[in-house]
Amino acid sequence: MPQVTLTVNGKNSTVEVEGRTLLVELLREKLRLTGTHVGCDTSQCGACVVHVDGESVKACTILAVQVDGGQVTTIEGLAAADGTLHPMQEAFREYHALQCGFCTPGMVMSAIDLVQKHPEGMSEREIREGLEGNLCRCTGYHNIVKAIAAAQDVMHGKRSELARAAE
Amino acid sequence: MNVVAPFEGIGASVRRKEDLRFLSGRGQYTDDIARPGQAHACILRSPHAHARILKLDAAAARAMPGVVAIYTGEDTKGLGGIPCGWQLHNKDGSPMAEPRHPVIAEGKARHVGDPVAVVVAETRTQAKDAAEAIEVEYEVLPALSTMKEALAPGAAQLHDAAPGNLCYDWHIGDKAATDAAFARAHKVVRFETTNNRLVPNAMEPRAAIGDYDPTTGEHTLWTTSQNPHVIRLLMGAFVLNIPESRLRVVAPDVGGGFGSKIYHYAEEAIVTWAASKLNRPVKWTCDRSEAFISDAHGRDHVTTCELALDETGKFLGLRVDTLANMGAYLSTFAPCVPTYLYATLLSGVYSLPTIYAEVKAVFTSTVAVDAYRGAGRPEATYLLERLVDVAAAETGMDRVEIRRRNFIATDAFPYQTPVALQYDSGDYFSTLDAALETAGWAGFEARRAEAAKEGKLRGIGISTYVEACGIAPSAVVGSLGARAGLYEVGTIRVHPTGSVTVLTGAHSHGQGHETTFAQLVADRLGVPLSQVDVVHGDTAKVPFGMGTYGSRSLAVGGSAMVKAMDKVVDKAKKIAAHLLEASVQDIEFDRGTFRVAGTDRTKALAEVSLAAYVPHNYPIEELEPGLEETAFYDPKNFTYPGGCHICEVEIERDTGKVSVVNFTAVDDVGRVINPMIVEGQVQGGVAQGIGQALMEQAVYDESGQLLSGSMMDYSLPRAEDLPMVSVANHVTLCTHNPLGVKGCGEVGAIGSPPAVMNAVVDALREFGVRHVEMPATPAKIWNIINAGAQRMAAE
Repeated sequence: MPQVTLTVNGKNSTVEVEGRTLLVELLREKLRLTGTHVGCDTSQCGACVVHVDGESVKACTILAVQVDGGQVTTIEGLAAADGTLHPMQEAFREYHALQCGFCTPGMVMSAIDLVQKHPEGMSEREIREGLEGNLCRCTGYHNIVKAIAAAQDVMHGKRSELARAAE
Repeated sequence: MNVVAPFEGIGASVRRKEDLRFLSGRGQYTDDIARPGQAHACILRSPHAHARILKLDAAAARAMPGVVAIYTGEDTKGLGGIPCGWQLHNKDGSPMAEPRHPVIAEGKARHVGDPVAVVVAETRTQAKDAAEAIEVEYEVLPALSTMKEALAPGAAQLHDAAPGNLCYDWHIGDKAATDAAFARAHKVVRFETTNNRLVPNAMEPRAAIGDYDPTTGEHTLWTTSQNPHVIRLLMGAFVLNIPESRLRVVAPDVGGGFGSKIYHYAEEAIVTWAASKLNRPVKWTCDRSEAFISDAHGRDHVTTCELALDETGKFLGLRVDTLANMGAYLSTFAPCVPTYLYATLLSGVYSLPTIYAEVKAVFTSTVAVDAYRGAGRPEATYLLERLVDVAAAETGMDRVEIRRRNFIATDAFPYQTPVALQYDSGDYFSTLDAALETAGWAGFEARRAEAAKEGKLRGIGISTYVEACGIAPSAVVGSLGARAGLYEVGTIRVHPTGSVTVLTGAHSHGQGHETTFAQLVADRLGVPLSQVDVVHGDTAKVPFGMGTYGSRSLAVGGSAMVKAMDKVVDKAKKIAAHLLEASVQDIEFDRGTFRVAGTDRTKALAEVSLAAYVPHNYPIEELEPGLEETAFYDPKNFTYPGGCHICEVEIERDTGKVSVVNFTAVDDVGRVINPMIVEGQVQGGVAQGIGQALMEQAVYDESGQLLSGSMMDYSLPRAEDLPMVSVANHVTLCTHNPLGVKGCGEVGAIGSPPAVMNAVVDALREFGVRHVEMPATPAKIWNIINAGAQRMAAE
């Protein structure tokens, strides 16, 4: 069986996989990082989004062997070592941008990549369009959009702390 | 130092306790669990809608790598069938047809996706590989894709026990009085419609793990369920014959349900049974495409209705004739959805003197249909609210005025409808007025004109609704055919140092119970939210419960907690009286402090709880130690949330694409515990309602194949398909539960579809459109616009 060596959340791992093993299977089943979810089988829902070498990737649509030598960040690797949440995680909590929590890891990972790719800042419409690869069945996206709008200001250094949802 | 703690009780938008684990990837959903030594199951499903299984050859599959066992209907035919939880009766008093629902198909498959064999292997991929190697020879029988086909004379029979593919022929209301009302009507408005079939699509696919300990005989099932105790009851008592004491059902974090995870599914029984046969854990996780053909679907009604009106636009009577699709087998709640959750709501918010409704439930060769967010009430609301708009158009009345003229008066509560329900409270005029104001109804024509300048069609629609939640008094539902009671259970465990654990039979799968329920405790007992933990979803921890559906968790589960807290306070007062050397009648309790009335002599709850567990100075002769109480709360009535939704749409003429540009929801959900969570629930419900109105539809072809069988083919709303949703509340309290709460989980999905469709029809008025069926897809609208444009050009 092929071997894959990769760094996940700063930790090196070498894992034996089948040729057909998906990255998400490696993460969930071999490394037991179960924060990355599988919500569909057609690459539609985005629950499995992780970052590979700094880019958001649907981990259900890439083979584990393709990530050999790569740097992977999952939802488990976002918070600081002292537990301080990433601004996007904090914004999701503050703005009630999650209900059942299942789409949340992929949604957060996609949102971070989206904000990073738009240093100029995004409008509500642009945020909505940027989320085209992620499905949420609980929230109606209203609060997800608000959370991302707030988090982008923090991530771009425009605000030192999050605005309250009531603003 | 005088520190004022932040208010965390009833009415505070406190941030959710559960969020930290979900945001950190530490949620524990069923598929996240790996039991030591677990094997994996793959279900081989029928590719045909209706077929006799002539031969099943698993020899090659058994020889595949990693295969542990292969089971067919031959192996499970000694097990009980999957039970139905509700028995309806026909008009003539005879019971509904209730054919056996085998765990694995026995000689015949009745829908695409019906389990035909189960492979258990060392890994999931090995199980899938082996399932592909099973050879099945089928004799394909005629598919019954639609209710019309199934009811046609001479149609193929899906079940021997259901002649004519009819499950039941039921009715409610006074036929003679309704006929008489129509005979003296000034105007009769007739309307036919289909309520589109939907696939719930909770983001977490179903999963189940069975485990068995041969030394104790204890079975454990981890499952994606909204109601683990109900699954224990149904599966243990009816399918596998396991006593409750030896069957533990755990529903850990569950990624959304919307009804689809209420039911007892075959896969739960399969893994539990197989684990005990194999003496090792067996896990099954559903693929999404598999979910489309095995999760229960929702809605799927075909209805004809008539409304009788007098000269002034007052409603005189309503006649409704509905066909409701049950799918191939009866799912847990299926029979009650188009009857007691639908026809009983047909009076809506209106003073309707007489109603007569007939419902025929039909078996078809499609996956089972059962409750999906709203369950019957969205179908009733859609029917009525479209009918009222059609009536307004045909009588020339204003859409708002016709509603106002027929509303149940605010001083008429409790209001007895002609279809069994008695609404306890409501104020439909106020929710209407608030919504009209917020939505800017009066200024709409200017916006329409503005849109027209840009070549867009703009329309506005209104929906005024009431629904029934908090299901329900056990004696009432029992008399209507429920095979269970519908109370809820709550335990309040005050620990020695004053922290509290709540055990609830309700189940949270997105609703935020861990926060809302903790707020009830913070409010009543004065314990900080950080010291209140809510435990749910495990039959080994929670004494009993009926689970979460029908927006019942707070109205019924919360009320059980209040009742348990009453008992805790009663006992604690006796302990405090002893400690304070006062009479118990003189002890007052307010948010964590016991006080001798009129004095400054007090004891904190933590001092009392410590005394309860360290009873050195304690009235031990009269009182047992400990401070933990359990209550069962059986509701006195349904609760009746209601309100008004207003939707504004714009349609692009060139593409037919409908965009929701404004959406206003003003709902009366009774007392609000956490406004932030309520707003989120309404927004999410509205999103599903807009999905039903504009995008979603399960489509079967004539051979019974589900064409919309994956997320590539079934159109779920994405962020760019939806607007911001304005949510407000106007509160009238529920009069019969201690919290005054009504329920907020489904109002969004119930009130919104007719608001959207009334807006679409309004936008298309210039084309002479009377009605548009859901979903209002671009293709459908484009055809209407172009047919209309051609006709107008010809005129």
